[in-house]
Order: sequence, then structure tokens, then C-alpha cells
Amino acid sequence: MAEKRETPQLDELEKGPWPSFVTQIKRAGEKNAMADDLLGLLEKSYEDKVGHWKHGGIVGVKGYGGGVIGRYTDMPEEFPNISEFHTVRVAQPSGWFYTTDMLRDICDVWEERGSGLTNMHGSTGDIILLGTHTDQLQPIFDDISDKGFDLGGSGSDLRSPSCCVGPGRCEHACYDTLDMCYDLTNEYQDEIHRPMWPYKFKFKMSGCANDCVAAQARADCSIIGTWRDSIIIDQDEVKKYAEAGLDIQMDVCHRCPTHCLTYDKDTQELTVNAEECSRCMHCINVMGKAIKQGKEKGATIMIGAKSTIVKSAFMSWVVVPFMKMEPPYTEFKEMMDRIWDWWDENGKTRERIGELIYRLGMGEFLRATGIPAVPQMVYRPRANPYVFWQKDEIEE
Amino acid sequence: MPKIDNGPPDYRKNLPPIIEQNYGKWDYHESPRPGVLKHVGPAGALYSVRCASPRLVCVDFIRDVCALADKYCDGYLRFTSRNNIEFLVSDEQNVEPLIAECEAQGMPVGGTGASISNVVHTQGWVHCHTPATDASGITKAVMDDLFEYFQRDDLPNKLRIAMACCLNMCGAAHVSDIALVGIHRTVPRMDHDAIRKGTEIPSLVASCPTAAIRPDPKNKSVTIVEERCMYCGNCYTMSPGMHIMDSKNDGVAILVGGKVSNARTAPSFSRMVIPFLPNNPPRWPEVTEAVRHIVDLWIENARRGERLGEWIERIGWERFFSMSGIPFTDKHIDDYIFSRETFRTSAAFKY
Repeated sequence: MAEKRETPQLDELEKGPWPSFVTQIKRAGEKNAMADDLLGLLEKSYEDKVGHWKHGGIVGVKGYGGGVIGRYTDMPEEFPNISEFHTVRVAQPSGWFYTTDMLRDICDVWEERGSGLTNMHGSTGDIILLGTHTDQLQPIFDDISDKGFDLGGSGSDLRSPSCCVGPGRCEHACYDTLDMCYDLTNEYQDEIHRPMWPYKFKFKMSGCANDCVAAQARADCSIIGTWRDSIIIDQDEVKKYAEAGLDIQMDVCHRCPTHCLTYDKDTQELTVNAEECSRCMHCINVMGKAIKQGKEKGATIMIGAKSTIVKSAFMSWVVVPFMKMEPPYTEFKEMMDRIWDWWDENGKTRERIGELIYRLGMGEFLRATGIPAVPQMVYRPRANPYVFWQKDEIEE
Repeated sequence: MPKIDNGPPDYRKNLPPIIEQNYGKWDYHESPRPGVLKHVGPAGALYSVRCASPRLVCVDFIRDVCALADKYCDGYLRFTSRNNIEFLVSDEQNVEPLIAECEAQGMPVGGTGASISNVVHTQGWVHCHTPATDASGITKAVMDDLFEYFQRDDLPNKLRIAMACCLNMCGAAHVSDIALVGIHRTVPRMDHDAIRKGTEIPSLVASCPTAAIRPDPKNKSVTIVEERCMYCGNCYTMSPGMHIMDSKNDGVAILVGGKVSNARTAPSFSRMVIPFLPNNPPRWPEVTEAVRHIVDLWIENARRGERLGEWIERIGWERFFSMSGIPFTDKHIDDYIFSRETFRTSAAFKY
């Protein structure tokens, strides 16, 4: 680069023990003019206390309607190298497992054709390649495609599904989250790459109710691993926890939300009333060597989560209490097809599935999709008597 | 011609042999020290060394990480759902030397168990067009201040911090123990030319949660009922003519008490406790101080195993405000669609 930029405000953020994003931008800026201009623009934002990116931007690659976020600075004269500074979303492997060789492949392409800056990863899960020019988009896609990568989602499409580490490294996984994520991503490539819906739709898979990818809060369809039979208690291991000083009465039984655990201090035995257990994972989290999940495993399907805009934030709610989750996931996919058809038909522009169900009612949703109403869908029944009856439920 | 609809790389080719052998058969895990997990299965143990990352990283940083993974992990690594890096070590001998090299390269090891792990955050002034604050800068300032808690795992429970630079709340701000959210406080300034040229008016009108925007057919534009506008900025998302950014009045709100796990209590939303703090780059001292204050209050008072929200729900929000000294105002009382259920319809409360 020609001369060293003055960035007094950002320099402050190179101090301190937490790894610094400023150091990252500077390091990229040493050999990349786009990254160096980004540093200058960001310093300007720190001075002005406002962003310096223009509204919107519509760019992409041939054959796809999503995957690239266009961005243009409002100060192109001062920072010409980022007059165009688009983001490329690249679909991540399930569970963000990588080999070093494939990461180097991505780095090589991005060093040649982009800013050299990335996000590892975007909140939805994608590898984010941060900042390039329009004329580089197709070459980037061609290059990463050669290396076995593809773009992720953006716009009113199926966004890139993501999942927890699952059976790859967790004893709590109740189904193969990694496989299901990969399977759904491949099955629905068309829905990911060519936006055709009222708005975005996200899948997330968590192997148990600890929900390590926050599926219940961040996905329109949240698939949460669970089991249907009793937890399994190993009494010898219970004794070991007691002898190691764990206060089983206080830290396990007392915190059980359904009080279905009983601990006998004298015999050091822990018993469960399995029918009352809601499978919240607390006891298993605290004494995992002594308590294992049941054997009959599957997942709870929940729907509707979204963030604030427009009608407030929603968390997903139960639509199917228990479904077996085994490849090729036919029962699940058939249900999703019915749900998407209904949403595509009835959803207003920019209306998430959760808001559509809220607007038209769960009754409409369940009748349209053939999903039976069950008490597990609600915390408690309605308190008002304003009930809609269907014509065929009424005597002529 | 590139291959289209190729899909992501096959994760199965990226798993180290110890994972392939133990896949779906893991027995248990434990944490030998903060930042290290030991997972044990029939084929033996895997050690995961978790390192902090600023999320926004350059390719040479990724190459450095790859060099470490080649040296100690046969070329295998992963990233977590909080954007930390995990080195997947199958030889226990490699754990301590790897930690030493990570720390020497400025990649602190931690973030496991009852700790404060990485901040899930967004684009901010680095790349987004609708932010009310910066994401990377606040994250860095907050984590510098709370750094000791990243490397400790003896807090009452884990504490999740998330940062979103506007009310779109990309990420996990609505469900985190502590959430930092960029907010505006002024009505959009309308550029009617830009609205006419670049806007689908019905979509713009429909984007307003409080129906403050009305079509103005005579001018081929819109009007705003100012007293109905709560400055969410969603109209700017729909139209380049609705300028919402305001250097003097934009800032940060703090929400607390959210969680997504189902353990013990149901997942819950974060609730607003500080409606506004100023944007004060580069270090946002008001924000970092407020966060530290809430964290320390929780550590001092919560019972073992209690998440921040669980502690507050036990003692009552009125007690949280009196203990924290945070002033309670009309801004804290919900006045949107689902507000009534947040009012206290009981005479049971504390003075």
C-alpha cells in the first residue's frame, strides 16, 4: 500500500486481550487494497458514528437468485477500492467440520479475487467472504465450485440449514443432525438457490433440548432431538457423583422442573417417575455419566421462530411432539412440502411462516397441512370462548 | 462451466478418524481444564481445544490456524455455533503444546462450561446498510473487559452475550442472557425523490409495525404519523428514501435474561433493562460498564446453576432493578401487541 493510514480510533481496538478484528483488517490490508480501504471507511464511521454503506444492492451469479449480498459505499471517491464490496455466502459443511486443505482452497480463491476478509461464520452458518467487485462474482463461483463448494442462501428462499455437532462429538445427540442437515441441503438445492417464496425460511437441527444451534429461536423450522421412553440411571455412577461431593438433592432433584426425580440419601439411589419427565436435559447435563437418555430416539418438530420485525420476536412452538428421524427423512419432507405449499399460497410479501400462522390461526394451519391437534402444542388451552367452528362440524 | 446445485462439501470427509470410529457412540465428556473438552467413546478419547476468534478474520489468520491443525490435529478442525475455533486433537500429548502455541499467537483458550464464551454478533459499520451501531467494536470492547470470564468456568452457569446492530436482531440477541442491540430514536427523514424512484410503496407501507406510514398518492410518496413511529428502521430496509441513521441519537439498548436451552426452565426472550446508552466509539465505556455491572451482580447473587434470567425470575424483576440500581422508566413497560401478559396481574410483589 502507498502510505500508512491514520486510524487512531481503530488502533485503540488493537489493545486488550481479546483477539482484535482491527488487527485482522490491517493484516489483510497490507496486501489488499480493498481491505485497506475498508479500514479507512470504518475509521470514518467511528468518527461520524454512522454507517457508510449505500442502501441495498442486487448482484449475483448466473443460474442463481441468491447467495450474494451486494454492497456499495457512499464514499466511493475517497475509498475507490470498495466502491463495490459484495459479500459471497458459501455453504458450510455440516457442523462446521473442515480439513485444512479445503480451508486453504477457499483462502487461495478469496485472496486472488476478494478482499481477503471473511466471517467464520455468518449467524445462519455460511462461510462469509466479505467484500469483492461485481466482475469477480462469477469467477469466484466458478473457482469455488471447482473446489467442491457451492453458494448458500439469501433473499426469500430456503437459507443454508445448519446443525449442532451432533453424533460427531456429543453423547446427547438423539438423531444424526449432521446427516439430516446435509441431506436437506442437498434435497432442497433449488429452493436454496432460486428464491420463490413470500420470505426467508430457515432450518436448524439440534440433537437434544440443550439446543446448541439455538434452533428454537433462529429457525422457522426447529428440529430438536428427544426420546420417548425413560431416562436410564446407572446407580453405581450415581454413588460416584455423591462421593465426589455433588449435592444430588439440591443440584439435580430440586432443579428438576417436573420433580420426577427422587434421591434416597441413605442408599444413594436415584429413581425417576419416567411418565412425568419432560426431558429438559438438566439432570443429564449435571451427571451425564450416571444418567443417559432413553433408547427410543427421534425429534420434536417446532415451527415459527423469527426475530423482532414485524410482529415481535417469536420462538418456535411444537407441531409434532415426536417423529423418528432416519434417512431419507420421508415423513418429515412430505410434511414440509405441505407446509411450504400452504405458506407459499397464503403468505403475504415478507411474511414469515410464524406470522402467517399467527394471522390465520393454528386451526387453519393444521387443517391445511393435515397435522393433528395435540395438547403438547400449547402451554395451556385458550381462556377466551371466541371459537371458530367449521361448517361440517355443525348440524344442518 | 461451473457445476451448479452442487451443495456443501460432504462433512463425512472432514471427520478425523477418532470421530469416525466413535460416531454416534460417545459415552460421556468432561472438561479437564477451561477451554478443553474430553469426549470418550469405545474407540478412545478426543480432546477439543476451544479458541477465541474475532469472527471477522483474514485469510492469513485462517492459514495460521490451519498450520496449527496440521501440526497437532492431522489437519482436522471445526468452528462452533458461537464462532469459536475447535482443534480436534486425538493425541493427548498434543494438548498442552497446542494450547501454548494458541496463546502465543493471540488466540486465547476458553469458552467452555460455566464461562462467558464468544459474543454472537453481526456486521455493523463494517458491511451493513441499516446499523444503529457497530458490532465488531462493541464485541471487542465488552470481551476485553470480561476477558477473565472467558478463561474461567466457575460462574453460576454459562452466560451468553449477543450483539445486534439494529432491530432486525440478526443472530441471537432476542434470546441471550445479555443482549446489546443498536437502536434509533428519531423519525426517518424522507427523501421523496428516492422514495419515488426506488420504492414499492405498498411494501413500504406494510413494513411498518405500528402503521405509522401512509401512502401519499398525490406526491407518489408516503407520509409518516410521527407520534406512531418508534424508529425501528424497517421502512429504510424497504426504501432508500427513509433515512434513519442519526449520529447523535443512535445508540445501544441492553436486554437481559433470555435463553434457548430447555434445561430446567423453558426458553425465554431477553427483556429490556437499559433502553438507551450512547454510541461512544471506539470503546463504548457506558456499555461495557453496564454489562460488567450486571454480570458481577449475577455472579455475586445467583445460586449454583442459575442462568441470569432464572435468577431474575426467582428474585423478581422489581428486586433486580433495586439491586442493580438501574432506573426503571415508562420505556420499560411494553406497549406493543403482546404487552398485556407482561403486566403484573397479581398483588404478590416485593417493595
